[in-house]
Amino acid sequence: MAVAVKIPLALRPATGGESEVSLEGATVREVLDALFERFGELRERISDEGGALRRFVNVYVAGEDIRFLEGLETPVPDGSELTILPAVAGGA
Amino acid sequence: MAVEKLKCKECGAEYPLEALYVCERCFGPLEAFYDHAEHSDPEELRRRIQAAREDVWRYADFLPLEGPPPGPGNRAIPHAGLPVGWTPLMRADRLAEQLGLRNVYVKNDTANPTHSFKDRVVAVASARARELGFTALACASTGNLGNAVAAQAAAIGLSSYVFIPADLEEQKVLATGVYGTNLVEVRGTYDDVNRLCTEISAEHDDWAFVNINMRPYYSEGSKTVAFEIAEQLEWTLPDRIVVPIASGSLFTKIARGCDEWLALGLVEGASPILHGAQATGCAPVANAFAAGADFCQPVKPDTIAKSLAIGNPADGPYVLDLARRSGGSVEAVSDEQIREGIGLLAQTTGIFTETAGGVSTAVLAELARRGAIDPDERVVLLITGDGLKTLDAVRGRFTRRAIAPTVEAFEETFALGVAA
Repeated sequence: MAVAVKIPLALRPATGGESEVSLEGATVREVLDALFERFGELRERISDEGGALRRFVNVYVAGEDIRFLEGLETPVPDGSELTILPAVAGGA
Repeated sequence: MAVEKLKCKECGAEYPLEALYVCERCFGPLEAFYDHAEHSDPEELRRRIQAAREDVWRYADFLPLEGPPPGPGNRAIPHAGLPVGWTPLMRADRLAEQLGLRNVYVKNDTANPTHSFKDRVVAVASARARELGFTALACASTGNLGNAVAAQAAAIGLSSYVFIPADLEEQKVLATGVYGTNLVEVRGTYDDVNRLCTEISAEHDDWAFVNINMRPYYSEGSKTVAFEIAEQLEWTLPDRIVVPIASGSLFTKIARGCDEWLALGLVEGASPILHGAQATGCAPVANAFAAGADFCQPVKPDTIAKSLAIGNPADGPYVLDLARRSGGSVEAVSDEQIREGIGLLAQTTGIFTETAGGVSTAVLAELARRGAIDPDERVVLLITGDGLKTLDAVRGRFTRRAIAPTVEAFEETFALGVAA
């Protein structure tokens, strides 16, 4: 199952400039593991020591924040988009 | 100038003074860092501030520009733009009396050019954007920021893009479009708008998104609220400040402003106790505060306080930390309390606030009712935006009576005696 993972600007140095990567995985956790396998440097930037997401990282599946879904266990349908973004933006 | 570099608030990694906002190592937010070594004499610094013009640039030593403030004397950025800040701090004795307090002040930021505190942050972000050579401003906005970006862009001659949720109050939409901006109405919540803009900012790196890639500069503008309050209280700090919370940036920067001036000896004493104010319909920070958590669980906003309707507040963890350390709190009030707050402020101070000010007024009233405030303490209530932007909040809140144009009709309707 292919998922399009969108890489934020701040992480593109670690992906050789790639802004989108196609990966396999049925849940957010599996897709992220596949991402870390391809770009080892990303693991410690996105995840903390316990494997949870760092507190300033937001992950979206098809535009919805995974904290409104099932977190890292959120299913990622084939052909959908997983977006990683910094949480520090905004301020109305 | 004193600004030196950007620094990650989480891991301390350092970055140059460019359009960067997020740490590549840990995703933490970047913040401007200053060297104030040359300011060893508070008296001299105080005189310098007092001699400067009455707008945010009198605090230029504490703002993240590399050159002098914008204006005719500045070859790089000669357009001064809209004059911003130096808004009134007014004693609110009638409000205080109603609440059983004795020293309440209202910081009336509706007196800014586009009638909200957002003019401050945009003044700083747009000046830094011009120093960095950007020719377009952009923002993700719940309304007030859009007003400020569109107006400032018009004043300094940049193009602008304003992204807002499509369900915003009409007043805010019209008061943005009039400045000739590119207004983008997004079908979604502010959090959707913010996510979209974060993505767009990665593809349009020639745009200065004031609250995304310019956020470390933008947010520093909020410190000027604290500086003005201190100066208007004759170089002292109040005991408490009540601050409305959307992303939490204003709250953290008011604390930072107070701390910077305390460290330099410009003011003495303790940092104020800080209270954050949210609407129960969008209270991720107040909920986390009540639960004793140090992070915020995002929510889907449902409140009339649309300018505060951020379900996923970027500075939430820092607000929680500062509220606890200062001995303050983060409170939430209902939409009905917000409407009452707007009425209370209007009828005791003559200031008409938008819903966000209704939130902070209602929280102040709640704290006073609960006995959380010593009546002698000096409390500052922050009013961040103008009531003309959210007219629906007061619709139907008072009786309207139309009469025929005769004295009899008037007397009959209002049952008054005629003065001789």
